[in-house]
Amino acid sequence: MIPVKEALILASLLFAIGIYGALTRKNMVGIFMSIELIFNSACLSFVIFTRYLDPAKLSGEIFVLFIISIAAAEIAIGLALLLSIYRTYKDVSGDAISLMKG
Amino acid sequence: MFKFAGLALLCPLLSFLVISFFTRKSDRLSAFVSIAAILGSLASSVMLFALVLSQPGNHELTTVWMKFPVNINIEFGFLLNPLSAVMLLVVTSVSFLVQVYSMGYMKGDPAFRKYYAFLSLFSFSMIGLVLANNFLEMYIFWEMVGLSSYLLIGHWYHKPEAAVAAKKAFVVTRFGDFGFLVAILILSAKTGTFNFLQLEGMLGGGILTSGMITLVALLMFAGAAGKSAQFPLHVWLPDAMEGPTPVSALIHAATMVAAGIYLVARAYFLFSMSETAMLVIAVIGCFTAFFAGSIALAQDDIKKILAYSTVSQLGYMMLALGVGGYTAGFFHLITHASFKALLFLTAGSLIHSLGTNNIWEMGGLFRKMRITAVTFLIGGLALAGVFPTSGYFSKDAILIQVFTSGHYILFAMSLATVGFTAFYMSRAFFVVFLSTEKFGKKHPHESPAVMWVPLVILSIFALGLGAWTNGFNALIFFGGPAHETEHDLFVPIVSSCVAFLSALLAWAIYQKRFAFLTALAPRFSAITTVLRNKYYIDEFYAFCVNRVLYVISNASAWVDRNVVDGAVNGTAYLVGASANVLRKIQTGRVQNYALGIFGGVVTLWLLFSMVK
Repeated sequence: MIPVKEALILASLLFAIGIYGALTRKNMVGIFMSIELIFNSACLSFVIFTRYLDPAKLSGEIFVLFIISIAAAEIAIGLALLLSIYRTYKDVSGDAISLMKG
Repeated sequence: MFKFAGLALLCPLLSFLVISFFTRKSDRLSAFVSIAAILGSLASSVMLFALVLSQPGNHELTTVWMKFPVNINIEFGFLLNPLSAVMLLVVTSVSFLVQVYSMGYMKGDPAFRKYYAFLSLFSFSMIGLVLANNFLEMYIFWEMVGLSSYLLIGHWYHKPEAAVAAKKAFVVTRFGDFGFLVAILILSAKTGTFNFLQLEGMLGGGILTSGMITLVALLMFAGAAGKSAQFPLHVWLPDAMEGPTPVSALIHAATMVAAGIYLVARAYFLFSMSETAMLVIAVIGCFTAFFAGSIALAQDDIKKILAYSTVSQLGYMMLALGVGGYTAGFFHLITHASFKALLFLTAGSLIHSLGTNNIWEMGGLFRKMRITAVTFLIGGLALAGVFPTSGYFSKDAILIQVFTSGHYILFAMSLATVGFTAFYMSRAFFVVFLSTEKFGKKHPHESPAVMWVPLVILSIFALGLGAWTNGFNALIFFGGPAHETEHDLFVPIVSSCVAFLSALLAWAIYQKRFAFLTALAPRFSAITTVLRNKYYIDEFYAFCVNRVLYVISNASAWVDRNVVDGAVNGTAYLVGASANVLRKIQTGRVQNYALGIFGGVVTLWLLFSMVK
């Protein structure tokens, strides 16, 4: 069995990569993908803790199922917005839409 | 008794309302309503006077008008005694004669109805002032009198001089009125009442310290000085001559300007308790009499001569009250009301006939306007205090009072004023009526009967009021009846001699034009210039306003623009500038915000871990 510590380091690495990508990618599709990575790191942590604390209950796995379904819904809305932004601006870069600039 | 008082008060008010709202179409009807109303007032004041004669003493009718929780009730009521009854009679009779006279004088004036409406308003206010039984009620009517005076001086408001004069009269009297108001407020705050009789009792009981009484009396005298045109607040009265002449006769000679004297007489219980206040009144009155009399020597406008003469005579009355001559001062008010109203109305008759105020453009009118000339002569003799006329009795009573009080400087000044009076009246009479004719192509004519009949009635009073001296002395007094003075003939003889010599001098200069006298004229040109310019008092006030007041105003305007506005604008600028800096944070880029959120979470996490 993989020790908890290493598994959690993996989840943290995944989270850090996700944050880095979300903050630095220019393309909005890339930002979405990075956000998916953050989700996945959270899912991984849930599973790890369940396995480690109370393997019989499966509560972490159930949470993961919820997260996946909500992430799917979120991505559906996000991609729809992205498409409509692309139609308006002919661009999907995050810098292109700064209408709220002060 | 109070029925008559109410009737006298309400008739003119009713007439004011009727003329304002119902008889706008007809001049004749408006005049008729107004004259009928004042006749009603006159009749009721005659009845009132008869009743007061039969039962002298104070009769009071009062109701609480406004009630305050702090034990001050504002009352509304009448106080009837010989003083108010006599004053009421003076006001209503002069008002009546002037209103009749105005039918002729103001004939064809485009604002005839407005004129009568305001005359009625004036009569109402003046009667209210006379009948008031407390200071606050008196003050209300006092201000209403000032308002009607303003409206009537500005009757020909399209003339800039009239508009300015009206404003000046209002503003200058306001200075004094402020003192009056403060005096009333102090009195009521200390005693809890405005009522004359109650105050008289309380003050007699020593409720106020003598310093406080002096303060209140002096403040109240400021109000009286403003209304009665005493130095240094006299400047409005000569300018007020821009109004129609009957208005000058009514308001600025007989009634309203006497309100200040009336106030001092009414509040005499207060004034007589403070020797300082009495001395101030006497000195200011005497100085005003002397000062205004000397200005009248050099005026060319007949109404200005009479106006300064009025100021001078009001000074006499103040002087008399100041030296304790309550009866003498008030008697002079009454006789002065008759002969000064008469003189103004004759002046009005001259102006009506010739269309000019300048005495040098008249001349030789005796033959053309006999009634006017004779009545003017009677008025002039009374004003100069020549023996059988009413002026002799009242003026000599004042002089005797001043002499016996022992203020010899004041006596000398008032004696000099007698000389001035005789001189300027003779000068006016000789120049206007006797010298060579100067009216050129104009055709002077006697005024219509509606104008000369009031003149004749007034001249009967001007001649005959002296016969009432003893009756008056027994009726109106303060403390005890004015005791029969030893008829020391010294004062009357001296004053008559002074008057006669001045008249003789005027005759020599203006009628005979003796060469040795006219040759002297250039030597006195400096004095003449000063007198002609009224001692430059107006210029001095204008200087004060222009130099002093405007400098202060400009300074405070600068403070307002730069400090006050600066603070307001500075606040706005500060907010704007900081917003300009802070707006940079709002980049509009989603990733910057996300970084902010992430950074914030990390910071919080660090903080919490450090706390643990």
